[in-house]
Amino acid sequence: MTYIVKPKNHHPLLEKNELGLTRRDYEGAVSTLCAGCGHDSISSAIVEACFQLSIESYKVAKLSGIGCSSKAPAYFLNQSHGFNSVHGRMPSIATGAAMANHELLYLGISGDGDSASIGIGQFIHCARRQLNMTYIVENNGTYGLTKGQFSATNDLESKSKYGDDNLFPSIDLPSMAIQLGASFVARSFSGDKEQLVPLLKAALSHKGFSFLDIISPCVTFNNHNSSTKSYDYIREHNDALSRPDFVPSGKEILTDYPKGSTVDVPLHDGSLLSLEKISENYDPADKIKAIQNIQESQRDGKVLTGLLYADPEAKDLKEILNVSDKPLNEMNLNDLCPGSEKLKDINSGLK
Amino acid sequence: MKIKSVNDFVIKFANVNGSGSASANQMFAKGVFRSGIPVSPKNIFPSNIQGLPTWFEVRVNENGYLGRREGIDLFVAMNPQSYQKDVEELKEGGYLIYDSSWKRDFGREDINILEIPLTKLCVQEFTNPKQRLLFKNLGYVGLLASILEMDKEIYISLIEEQFKGKEKLIEPNVKALNIGYNYAEENFKDYCDIKVNKSNKTDGLILTSGNDAAGLGCVYGGATVCAWYPITPSTSLAESYSKYSEKMRVEIGTEKNKFAFIQAEDELAAMGMTIGANWNGARAFTATSGPGVSLMSEFIGLAYFAEVPTVLFNVQRGGPSTGMPTRTQQSDILCSAYASHGDTKHILLIPSDPKECFDFAVEAFDLADRLQTPVIVLLDLDLGMNDWSTKEFEWDDNNQYDRGKVLSKEDLDGIEKFGRYLDVDGDGIPYRTYPGTHPEKGAYFTRGTSHDEYAGYTEDGVKNAEMLTRLVKKFQTASSLVPSPVFNQEKSTSSMGIIYFGSTDCSMQEALDVLDQQNLNIDAMRIRAFPFNLEVWEFIEDHDLLFIVEQNRDGQMRTLIMAEGGIIPDKLVSILCFDGQPITAEHITNKINAHISGKPALVAS
Repeated sequence: MTYIVKPKNHHPLLEKNELGLTRRDYEGAVSTLCAGCGHDSISSAIVEACFQLSIESYKVAKLSGIGCSSKAPAYFLNQSHGFNSVHGRMPSIATGAAMANHELLYLGISGDGDSASIGIGQFIHCARRQLNMTYIVENNGTYGLTKGQFSATNDLESKSKYGDDNLFPSIDLPSMAIQLGASFVARSFSGDKEQLVPLLKAALSHKGFSFLDIISPCVTFNNHNSSTKSYDYIREHNDALSRPDFVPSGKEILTDYPKGSTVDVPLHDGSLLSLEKISENYDPADKIKAIQNIQESQRDGKVLTGLLYADPEAKDLKEILNVSDKPLNEMNLNDLCPGSEKLKDINSGLK
Repeated sequence: MKIKSVNDFVIKFANVNGSGSASANQMFAKGVFRSGIPVSPKNIFPSNIQGLPTWFEVRVNENGYLGRREGIDLFVAMNPQSYQKDVEELKEGGYLIYDSSWKRDFGREDINILEIPLTKLCVQEFTNPKQRLLFKNLGYVGLLASILEMDKEIYISLIEEQFKGKEKLIEPNVKALNIGYNYAEENFKDYCDIKVNKSNKTDGLILTSGNDAAGLGCVYGGATVCAWYPITPSTSLAESYSKYSEKMRVEIGTEKNKFAFIQAEDELAAMGMTIGANWNGARAFTATSGPGVSLMSEFIGLAYFAEVPTVLFNVQRGGPSTGMPTRTQQSDILCSAYASHGDTKHILLIPSDPKECFDFAVEAFDLADRLQTPVIVLLDLDLGMNDWSTKEFEWDDNNQYDRGKVLSKEDLDGIEKFGRYLDVDGDGIPYRTYPGTHPEKGAYFTRGTSHDEYAGYTEDGVKNAEMLTRLVKKFQTASSLVPSPVFNQEKSTSSMGIIYFGSTDCSMQEALDVLDQQNLNIDAMRIRAFPFNLEVWEFIEDHDLLFIVEQNRDGQMRTLIMAEGGIIPDKLVSILCFDGQPITAEHITNKINAHISGKPALVAS
């Protein structure tokens, strides 16, 4: 992971957000991923979403595991603390970190190898615990850094760059996430910023476990004709449920979708994810239907994208464990130590 | 012949696992403790929920010798499955108590047998089938109180305390106690020559386990996050933290918890959560045993290299592999000291009794924060799960937590360029920042990949070697901060020395007294931490021959001493015990005597 710092000079006329910051202020180091990598598009979508939401970078913790995707946090939000942990273990680092201080925004970046294979246990339990974080899988169906092995999200009929058949069916992470209790589940495509940026904004604003499966083609190892995760394949088979628009809290809804065809998802912080309905079956509050939609589109050889499921009222881990509102990492000896008198009582109870 | 003794004996109970015997046996031990005589109850249990044989051994000793001792004076045999083996353990002149509802011939003329038809008596007195079974246990406690001439009222108060809030249960429990007590008063008056006489040798002592003490120490030490995965024998440590936190760490008014207690999906996640929380400025710990340490090793290496404070309690059990999950050993010394791939070394704290478990738990968090590295507290099953007569816990209200080198927003304002891994003070310890501290300064990338002083990724081998070398310097700094050894003499006077550590302490004190009586003058030192500090090396330097007493097969502490200090192997003689039972004083003295007389026993235990 080379580390090339970008020059700090900004054009004076660059657009500024509510904090007076430009998009450049949300960037990171220069990417060392392959030119055209879907992951870089996701990084720039994250920059865009954070810029538009006027997020304070230093209140974000970027966490990752190992792999191409897990390098990505170096390429956005320079002023955020980052934690590039070990392979497949980002969720546990995020869980501990979020318990220590629930006031930061936790953004986890993982890949299909990291989350669907070595780290699937941690992914499962993190979703099940409703950790308040945004969990992104940059899904390219392949192991890039080790040069092109199949990952567990690779489709059965897909072939490797070298012509080998993938012998095993793919694991569908969004279906799993819904079943496990994730309260915000979406799928998107790295090449579709129109859809991706609003979904990211909604995921970052959602309280609870937000899961985003982002198909992100690997230009070097999995972008050939017989791949089902290539740019061309996804563009042809993308079956969008809705066209999303994100409305921050207190802002007027400006979308001009025809009445009757929109679905609004009000989020915990008062913001709104407004969705133009494309599919007839679409109801983001219906867990069972969401899983059914995913399965059906898979059967039909399509890749279903958009907001798949959301429950804005779900409790998060901090609430479930009834943890104090004062962040645990701000507590000092006076808050935490029961003192000598209590210890005397304990001693007498042990006689 | 009858064994005659006052306040000095070993009693063993044989029961069926899951029959409720452990709490009755525990109550017997506590009754002796309340009579003012130190006790060391040891639960010898199977890895099973119900049905297999289980034993409970209590050494009663007014002199405070509380290590395990071979040879049983009194045997309460309640499990026909194990009668034969149990009766063999009884010393000549010892006493056997068994349930004579079904009479038995034990084929030993040299022991004294006390028959009590417990099952028949309980069937007569109770109608509930569960009670008929359960109350046999209290029945024999009552019998023991009578034959040992103990104060029955002590047991009645123990029952009352146990069932506080469930008063209905007091009456039948006292009745069960009386069944045994009255039967013995009628049938065995003045029969037994072993007695418990009231004393005051437990003044200033409490009866508790190392796990309970360590969990409490974590509360006092300011731990707010405990992430763990159940594994014997460490489970009760995490549960102790949770129990004390629920009592003493709930916000008044909001009723919210000033702690997070998370049962993880496995040991890997438990360690990940611990590291994540510490990284973010909370004091966090996990507790596990051997197999868990193996699973956590990758993460331990990350915490070492990325310099994240981490506290891990390793309650050692019999290894290797799944090994003997319910038996004790000190066989994770090396895998803890050098856990993880690559060049790694970790701080070890090795307490020897529950009081020290409490103290070292508190200290572990200070050391981890100060040194920004994993600190592993090594207990073992005997120390962790058994109750020990130990000194009362102490806390000085002037104590402060040492959070180490953490930069605040104001600190960062005064710094031109923050370097996460810069050795500013020359002690090998850099400065760190918590996420969310400063809008423009102090952010860095924590990583397990090679990095430079500014936390940037680097593939520059020279830079990486510099970082690894600084970590050695930090470890040297650690050697002056960790607890120093305890010496049994003010000044070394012998050419021979003994090195020991951890739960061996109680047997060692007895062994040293025996050696002294044999006019063998040997110095002794108890190691309490790794890295070894100067005093440890001086002691080794000052002696020509050193016995290293360990409860493992390979002499792991000896290996560590040789590896870290370049000590000549010939000078270091292993005294080993690894049969899963706590080491005895007799074992230690026999092995030392054999070596000195030129007949070293090669095979231990």
